[in-house]
Amino acid sequence: MRALINAPLAFLRLFYQSVYLALSQIWANKMRSFLTTIGIVIGVASVTAVIAALTGLKAQVLTQFETIGTNTIFVGPRRPKTGPMRHASWWTIRFLPEHFDGILENCPSVGLFSRLGSVGSHTARFGENSVENVNITGIEAAYHEIQNRPVILGREFSVIDNMQKNQVCLIDPKLQTELRLDRDCIGQAIRIGHQTFVIAGVIERRPELNFGQDAEDYYEVFIPFRTLYKLGEPGIWAFAASKSTEMTEEAQAEMKFFLRRTRGIRPNEPDTFRIDSVKSFLTSFNEVALMVTLVAGGVVGISLLVGGVGIMNIMLVSVSERTREIGLRKAVGAKNSAILTQFLIEAVVLCFFGGLVGLGLGQCLTLIISGINPVLEKTYIPVWAVGLAFGFAGSVGIFFGLFPAVKAARLDPIEALRHE
Amino acid sequence: MIQIAEKLIIQLDAVTRVYKVGVEHIHALDGVDLRIGENEYVAIMGPSGSGKSTLMNCLGCLDRATSGSYELDGQDTTKLSDAALAHVRNERIGFVFQSFELLGKLSALKNVEMPLIYSRNGWWARRKRAKDVLQRVGLAGRIKHRPNQLSGGEKQRVAIARALVCNPSILLADEPTGNLDSKTSEEILELFDQLHREGQTIILVTHEEHVANHAERIIKMKDGKICSDVSTGRTARKEASAENRSTEETT
Ligand SMILES: Nc1ncnc2c1ncn2[C@@H]1O[C@H](COP(=O)(O)OP(=O)(O)O)[C@@H](O)[C@H]1O
Ligand SMILES: [Mg+2]
Repeated sequence: MRALINAPLAFLRLFYQSVYLALSQIWANKMRSFLTTIGIVIGVASVTAVIAALTGLKAQVLTQFETIGTNTIFVGPRRPKTGPMRHASWWTIRFLPEHFDGILENCPSVGLFSRLGSVGSHTARFGENSVENVNITGIEAAYHEIQNRPVILGREFSVIDNMQKNQVCLIDPKLQTELRLDRDCIGQAIRIGHQTFVIAGVIERRPELNFGQDAEDYYEVFIPFRTLYKLGEPGIWAFAASKSTEMTEEAQAEMKFFLRRTRGIRPNEPDTFRIDSVKSFLTSFNEVALMVTLVAGGVVGISLLVGGVGIMNIMLVSVSERTREIGLRKAVGAKNSAILTQFLIEAVVLCFFGGLVGLGLGQCLTLIISGINPVLEKTYIPVWAVGLAFGFAGSVGIFFGLFPAVKAARLDPIEALRHE
Repeated sequence: MIQIAEKLIIQLDAVTRVYKVGVEHIHALDGVDLRIGENEYVAIMGPSGSGKSTLMNCLGCLDRATSGSYELDGQDTTKLSDAALAHVRNERIGFVFQSFELLGKLSALKNVEMPLIYSRNGWWARRKRAKDVLQRVGLAGRIKHRPNQLSGGEKQRVAIARALVCNPSILLADEPTGNLDSKTSEEILELFDQLHREGQTIILVTHEEHVANHAERIIKMKDGKICSDVSTGRTARKEASAENRSTEETT
């Protein structure tokens, strides 16, 4: 029973004592210890900063796609990489509204569909007030549901608006203030180009949908898709939503088959359009994130290796400097295991110390990163990365500290005491 | 062998210690028989290279005999593992070195505490025990001092306190006054006398006759053998020792 209690107690005593000794040793050789741990510091600082940046980027991207919906599919023209259409002009490969006719009936996995069109930016006027560079987008009724973008005042577009080419519009609240429209502006008319549009609703502002665009002077006006032709020949693309996230790939395949037929692409020719899903974008984003993590991991691994060699070197120096001390400790009754533990813990404490400084530095880097780019404002060091950093630092300490510690433990006490 | 009402601390039988240097075999100890009882005060003398330090290292369980047997406190040490020997050194042996071997970065108190760190039983009360033993060697006022703030004699007192802190069965001192001037040496020897009066068993190695004369028994060595073993007639306990010693013959 006594032995049962004594063994762990003996270890605890030894542990406590070794940590104490290690700390006093590090304190006694402050400068040397600091220089030794620089490799570890840099390794830990860079791993935490990279993980923090990736975490932040991921959080940002995910919230963006969450608001769009992960079952969203985007369709637009694209030049193929091979074949005769390789050098085709955008005009030749543009979409026409009729390319999409009957798409919902032919693609059973597609739940929602909306053509979109853009005629670029125009000036919007109300009485004396005007705002330049307003983005005019033509949409169909399903857009609201696909983009998860309801109105906050008034009504959404209906199928009728589109069919009858009604001159109605949805404006963003910022434009409402800029144009000094009434608080309840429904029914008021604004002028875009030479056309007049009656305001049907005020739509939520969603600057995060426009990745990277300056949210400050970005104004949007939506009008029915077919009405858009009154302002000019639009560039056309489309949004769709599969019936569920799991059906996204099927929906994409169906749409691809359907659009190849309506666009008259022969069987052996490549597509002149692209069908991207948020899901596939997320997948490739995750792949890129993984790549970056691996590359960063490699760099960090190398710096930890270099750091580890530094630790090993300094521990070997320490062992040879303190040979007499080791001899004495053995003479007064220290077991080999006690000496081993002492030097191993010293190496690990040194690495933890480096890890701590590295974490501090990583936190500074993280603050700088989140400060310079608003896209990365969600950047922070996750708890698991802190654990990982210390785990790595500790492992490096054990791995590279083992050899010097074994060397110390194996010293012959008489020889050691005779050492000069 | 006659043994009267006295406990044997050390019993060496035909102990040899052979060093191999290249093809050469150096017999640093060449068949040593030795018995030392409780509370004896023994001086070991002999020319340089006669094997005194080697004997001390074997007695202190720092080194193992090449052949022969060594019983300490009735326990055969020849078959003990390294860890068990470390334990024996910790609990039963106190070493005093010629060059003190204090750790320069630690205070006197911390230096004296050190053996207790490795001790099973002494750990909890180590501070108090270290203070007590520093008091015993007359350094109660120096416990916070670093070695470089102490005189040579004070350093050796700290080293003696460290050797005594685990209440060892024997105190082994290899030329403890070798680095000290004569006045300080005398003070240290008085401390040994005092410890001996308090019941401590002491073995010390020395070159000097006047140092050896503090002991109650002088063993002379030559070429790894004991060549004489005589009582100095100094202490009150000589009657008991004389009989105990009669087994050792001069060569
Ligand atoms: N580690 C060793 N290797 C080889 N020979 C040694 C070693 N240690 C001591 N010796 C030899 O053993 C003999 C006794 O040495 P030692 O016990 O140190 O003598 P003393 O302390 O009496 O001067 C000497 O001849 C010495 O050269
Ligand atoms: Mg010697």
